[in-house]
Amino acid sequence: MKVRRPAFGAEARAGLVFLVPAMTLISVFFALPVIAGFVLSLTDFDIYSLGSVANTRFVGTANYSGLVDNAVFWASLRNTLYFSLVGGPLTIVLALGAALLLNAKLARFKPLFRTIYFAPVVTSIVAVAVVWRFLYHPRVGLLNRMLDLVGIEGIDWLGDPHWAMPSIILLSIWKNFGYSAIIFLAGLQNAPEELYEAAQIDGAGPLRQFWNITLPELAPTFAFVTLITAIGYFQIFAEPYVMTPDGGPLNSTLTIVMLMYREGFRWWNMGFAAAIAFVLFALVFGATMLRGFFRKGVAR
Amino acid sequence: MNRRKLVASSILHLVLVAGAVATVIPLLWMVSASLMPAGEATAFPPRVLPSRPTLSNYEALFERLNIGRAFLNSAIVAVISTLCSLLFNSMAGYAFAKLRFRGRDRLFRFLVGSLAIPAQVAMLPLFLLLKSMGLVNTYLGVMIPLMATIYGVFLVRQFMLSIPDELIAAARIDGASEWQIYWRVIMPVARPVLATLAIFTFMSAWNDFMWPLVILTSDEKYTLPVAIANLVGEHAQDIELMMASSVLTVIPVLVLFFVLQKQYIAGLMSGSLKG
Repeated sequence: MKVRRPAFGAEARAGLVFLVPAMTLISVFFALPVIAGFVLSLTDFDIYSLGSVANTRFVGTANYSGLVDNAVFWASLRNTLYFSLVGGPLTIVLALGAALLLNAKLARFKPLFRTIYFAPVVTSIVAVAVVWRFLYHPRVGLLNRMLDLVGIEGIDWLGDPHWAMPSIILLSIWKNFGYSAIIFLAGLQNAPEELYEAAQIDGAGPLRQFWNITLPELAPTFAFVTLITAIGYFQIFAEPYVMTPDGGPLNSTLTIVMLMYREGFRWWNMGFAAAIAFVLFALVFGATMLRGFFRKGVAR
Repeated sequence: MNRRKLVASSILHLVLVAGAVATVIPLLWMVSASLMPAGEATAFPPRVLPSRPTLSNYEALFERLNIGRAFLNSAIVAVISTLCSLLFNSMAGYAFAKLRFRGRDRLFRFLVGSLAIPAQVAMLPLFLLLKSMGLVNTYLGVMIPLMATIYGVFLVRQFMLSIPDELIAAARIDGASEWQIYWRVIMPVARPVLATLAIFTFMSAWNDFMWPLVILTSDEKYTLPVAIANLVGEHAQDIELMMASSVLTVIPVLVLFFVLQKQYIAGLMSGSLKG
């Protein structure tokens, strides 16, 4: 006991010292800016404030009420939700399909397929968005040329307001489904084999097994994948920024983060942009809350 | 039964191959077009492979467009961020997992609760803060958000929980200082999670776009993604050239992934199951 007590004090001291570098960086360069961001969103901080902070005034919730009256903001919110609510489920379904195929007993060369499906995930989004920009080229792009071969008239993918967002969704599915597929695969491999054996003895077919064993076993994984997909997709920026820098035809690909970037870092309306950032925060927070409900729903 | 199995297997593999082909076509086309002479990627009839492979696009990138500089910038930023992240996150992760002090678990829960806060929420004030510190358009400015992350601390801590306490107790009895225990006893055991953290950090630093776009203001400091986004503006018509710049950006991380995919995927899976 006598030996242990001083050691405990030293241990506690060491613990605090070990935290210092990481916690200092996280507090000063993340926590503090998040709080400051909220304060910023209550001011009219603009290009004049950049010269001298004295030019900044508190405006209360004026930035937020300004958003309500701002048609471009509503368009960006609509586009972001369109992208997330259409692209998200498509990504997840495709990822689940890929994971099920990769998990099938009959499947061979599993590591090879897994590597291929995952490859787009590690690529730089800017680099592949540049590639896809050319795949989508209305005249010489690979996509329209393939459509041409089967006699379908080409589409102006990124130039048509109806097709611009679906084009970005397609790129995002390609880029991201491998990530969720790997996580589903981990979930599938976690499902106990005995459950399937018991079901087979009971005469349950593959569909019944999928419905009664695989899906319930996957529920926590599903919730996790849904959450990170939603969070990631709400923050979409690079894809539309590279493919349609000006927000696309009729602002059809302008997203919340793009609008925040444009207002904050192009036009230096930083107070207004901070309010946009907090709308994003609210969206992500909402998604996190939904997961809580979902979790309670599937708790067995 | 055997026949049915054969049919099932054929369909399964047909779908798997179709998916794989659709996944790699954009990447293969990128490489192929990057080796074509100017104008060939848009020629009629369309070409799949270059008529005579050439490195002229790469030469142009390095000689005329100074892409080597962006490549170097990306490498510097990625390597230094990775080293800092390994040190800072592992120290904090170790403290949260193994060193007992008051308020530890409450602080950790608070951190995990903040995991979902989007980085963009901090971006505007962070820019103003770094501007006041004179860190706009510097390597340090790009690297700061990557050097210690909540996710990194979390990843290391989860792994280190499984290190037996006896190992640390034994080292203490031997008279090792707290730093020696961390450096000589814990770090070697934690190698798997450090490998994972290193790959994650390197890749996110290499691929990061929005923050470098915000904080870097001159050609000499641009990282590859920012340099490419800039190039698209001026050279959108030079498809072969743009493809070469994409290859330069994508290939290093792809190679890294192929070599280290075991650690990468293991880390991904452990993070997700505990998350």
